[in-house]
Parts: sequence; structure tokens; C-alpha cells
Amino acid sequence: MMTLAQKLVARAAGRSSVTPGEIVTCKVDLAMMHDSGGPRRVKPMLERLGAKVWDPSKVVVITDHYVPTFDDESRKIVRIARDWVREAGIDSFHDGQGICHVVLPERGHLRPGMFAVGGDSHSPTGGAFAAYMFGIGATEMLGVLVTGEIWLKVPHTIAMEFSEKLSNGVSAKDIMLFLIGRFGLDGGQYQAVEYRGAAIRALPMQERMTLCNMTAELGGQTGLIASDSTTEAFLNAEIETWESDSGAPLMAHHRFNASDLAPQVAAPHSPANSKAVGEFKHVKPSVAYIGACTGAKLADLRMAARVLQNKKARIKLMVAPASARDVEAAKREGTLKVLEDAGAEFLGLGCGICAGYGGNVLGENVVAISSTARNFKGRMGAASSQVYLASPYTVAATAVAGHVCDPREMLQ
Amino acid sequence: MRTWVLGDNVDTDAITPGRYMKFGIEEIARHCLEPLVPEFSTSVKPGDIVVGGRNFGAGSSREQAPAALKHLGVAALVAESFAGLFYRNALNLGLPALVCPRAKQILDREELRVDFDQAMLVSKAGKTYAFEPIPPHLLEMVRDGGLLAHLEKRLKCRTTS
Repeated sequence: MMTLAQKLVARAAGRSSVTPGEIVTCKVDLAMMHDSGGPRRVKPMLERLGAKVWDPSKVVVITDHYVPTFDDESRKIVRIARDWVREAGIDSFHDGQGICHVVLPERGHLRPGMFAVGGDSHSPTGGAFAAYMFGIGATEMLGVLVTGEIWLKVPHTIAMEFSEKLSNGVSAKDIMLFLIGRFGLDGGQYQAVEYRGAAIRALPMQERMTLCNMTAELGGQTGLIASDSTTEAFLNAEIETWESDSGAPLMAHHRFNASDLAPQVAAPHSPANSKAVGEFKHVKPSVAYIGACTGAKLADLRMAARVLQNKKARIKLMVAPASARDVEAAKREGTLKVLEDAGAEFLGLGCGICAGYGGNVLGENVVAISSTARNFKGRMGAASSQVYLASPYTVAATAVAGHVCDPREMLQ
Repeated sequence: MRTWVLGDNVDTDAITPGRYMKFGIEEIARHCLEPLVPEFSTSVKPGDIVVGGRNFGAGSSREQAPAALKHLGVAALVAESFAGLFYRNALNLGLPALVCPRAKQILDREELRVDFDQAMLVSKAGKTYAFEPIPPHLLEMVRDGGLLAHLEKRLKCRTTS
């Protein structure tokens, strides 16, 4: 009996079974890179080795950290990516189309059963599609590009089971802030965290992606969710079912009732500083930010719009959508109009303020509430800025109220 | 060489702030640990040891975090535990990341020597702190100076044989 994580690793290692703790070598089905950790870092190393990419058809490059470009350095970094994909014969290149973790599945690159690596810490997002996906650094990516393989310590599985159903106004983001507050930034112990239970099964794909995405902040190597009809509908393709055997040994099995969960907010400067929203009513941010792979997908924009319908933001509300396709869909269905009418200011497609890589950043002493994943000191701008993390519902409700506000009060 | 003792959950945004990521390692290293220890990059000496508590290197996949520490001459990182992604990155650069269960008992500015053969840190006064040996499957790579040098050696062997 094996867990989903073990099954995925065993397949990639060409083995019938694997045991947690053993070291195996896995064949990589897909390697994803972005403009920051990708071409500009691996190109000089490949040249030093005189090596070529092992299989260009298995590589996907997406620009998101330095787009829209904002200065000479960012233009140079993005140009290197554009030139390199051509030289290396990589056809899967998505330039300025949104954030890599969102664009990757949206363009059909991920399938259940795959073993994938990404040059970004939020790569566990791919685990929402029952693919084993995790983040690696640039030199390790070089190793994958040259050999097509990577070593792995077969992970144990920590199961996070949520029964019942999330309340109206409570989302995947709240689940993750709750878990990170409860178990800490190293609660995942660099093992596989599997989300399961009726409340998880009921979530749409982009909400499942938020769970797996923030497994990075929970300290897991990857986050996983078994594939099902929701996965199939999103990918619009026939898929295999990948799931844990019932009774497969787990490192830990935590059970929660989803209907008990209140919206969560994490205080500066750690996602682990989370408590129920009611504890933060005294906080008055001057900026509300809806952005990032964690918090600005179509599902996230819809949550914000549900709160903002026929309301106006009293504080600066900024929205940096996660992908071009999500923007198109949001436009078609009217979600974007609701955000505009509420006074939202739109930023370009990309990682934006969340990465803190330039372009836009938070100024001195700014207090912000954000739908992003990390609020480490100085990450999104000035070291004196204070970032509270919350769901898109809570960020939107706070924008309307002018103080941290429970979105359930506005959704009744 | 002296130690620089930091706390739990030292994150990669603190080790190498995002706004400098667009530059090369020289400039990034100038701002290494700036939010936590502003004088770090100008005061650290080659051979110094950086000591963390739990989950050292939490956060981003940016390899510039261990690269900046290495660039400044840091000889080893010691922590009660490392964030998994950071740990892989450090070893891939040939920078020893040593898991030391008693890391929190190490004092700031303590003079320590790393004894890789005995897998322990030894102070001038003779105090010792055992660390877990570098996993056997990574030892050769770390000895070669990291993954790039290791691959270079392997590819050269392949062409000559």
C-alpha cells in the first residue's frame, strides 16, 4: 500500500514501490523555469559545460518576475529568456502571459501522474493536479537540464483532512493560513502534504492550487491532491486517477471540520502569525492588494468581486491578475467590471509586488493587507512596511470597511 | 573562525532581499542579511560560520541566498534544521549546510572549527557540537565543490573514457 506521493515517485524512479526515507533517482517529465531563476542563470552554466538541454520538449519557460519590465536590468533579464528559448529549441515559452504556476496548468502542460520540477519555491502548486512537483534552485535546474534526472529522498506523507464544507466567505487561503499558524513554517518537514476530505473534494481547481501553492510556506516539499472529475474538467482531457491507497502508512493524519474554520489573517512578518480575522479589527491598512499565484487567479478575483459588488473601496485597492487568460475570462463574465467599479487600480500581469523584485513595491511604513503568500520583513518593499495576509474575500472586505473586516458580514 | 548566530526561520528575503535579485552576485552579496545584521557583509571574514535555529533558509528557491553567503567567504552553515529547498541549494553550491541538534547552544562570536571527519564543531576551549554527516550520496558532489563542478568532472570523464 502506497500513498499518492510514493506512487508518483515510484513511477518516476522506474520502480514498483518505494519506501519513505530511501534515496532514489527520478526521471523528470517536465521542468519549468521563469525569467529570474531560469535562462539568465542556467545559460552560462550550460555553456561552461558545453552541454545541451536533454529534451527541449519537456521544458517550459514563463516570464513573470521581471515583466512588465521596468528598467535596463529587467529588460536585459527578459531578453536573455527570449533569446535562450530560441537557441535551445524550447517551444513552450509563455512570455508576459501571467505567473508561471498559473500559466503552466492553464496551458495544459500538467497531467496527473507526472514528475515535475520548477525553478521557483511555489512549484508545489502543480501538486493540485496529482503531479509530484517541487521547487529547485538554478544549479539543480542545470543538473536536470543536462541529465533529465534528479535525486529525491522518498517523502513521508502528512495528510490534512478537512471534512464537511467551508462556510460562505471562507476559502483555501484560510485553510492554509490556519495550518501554517498551527504547524509552523516547518510543519511540513519537507515531506509530502496531502489534502483530502469532503471539503477539499468540493473545491474548484484554482482553490486546490492555492492549497498546494502555500505548502511552500508550510514547509512541505510538495502538496498533493488526488485527481478526480474536477481535475479532468479543468484540464478538459481524459486523465488517469492517481490517489493514495486507503490505509497507506502516513507520518501524520490531521483531521479538521472545515465548517468550523473562520477567515484567517496572518500578522507581520510571518505567515505563521495567523489568527481568526476577528482578532485584527483594530488594524487599519492603507493598501489592499490582490495579487500573486496565491491570490489573483480567476477564482480569487471572483471572491473579491463577490464582496465588492455595488461597493466602493475606501482605501487604495490594487489588483495584479495572475494570468492573461484569467483576465479575459474575468472580463467576459463581468468580474473585472465589478473590481473596476469598486475603484481597483490594475497592475501588469506578473509576480508584481509579491516578489518585491522591483517595479512596484510598498513604501515606508505602509500597512497593507494582501492576498499573497509571504509577509516576511521587507519582502514586498520597505522594511518598515507591515503586511497582513488574508484571503481575497477578506482583503476585499477590508478595502471596503477601511479596517480588517470579516467578509462574512458583507456576504450575507 | 567566529560564528554569527541568528534565530529561527531566517528567510531568504532576509538573506538576499528581492530588490537586488536583478544584479549579479557581487552586488547581491553586499546586501546579504542586511535586514537582520546590517554590518554582516562588511564585517564577515572568510572562514566564518553562520548559525541558525530551526528552518534556516525558509522561503524562496533563489539560489543567490546560499551563493551570497558563499561569496562572502562563509565556510559553513550550521542550524538545528534547514528549509529543504535551501539545504539542497547550499549543497549544490558546495557550501556545507550542517544539521546540528544543539545549534541553539552555540554562542555568537564563538571561535569554532569544523571537523568534517569527526562530524563535529570544536571550540577553542574544547567544547564540541556534533552535526549529522552530509548524506553519503551528496558527499562526492560537495567535495567536488558543488553540482556544477561535479557535472563538469563527470562529463569530462565521459569524453575521455
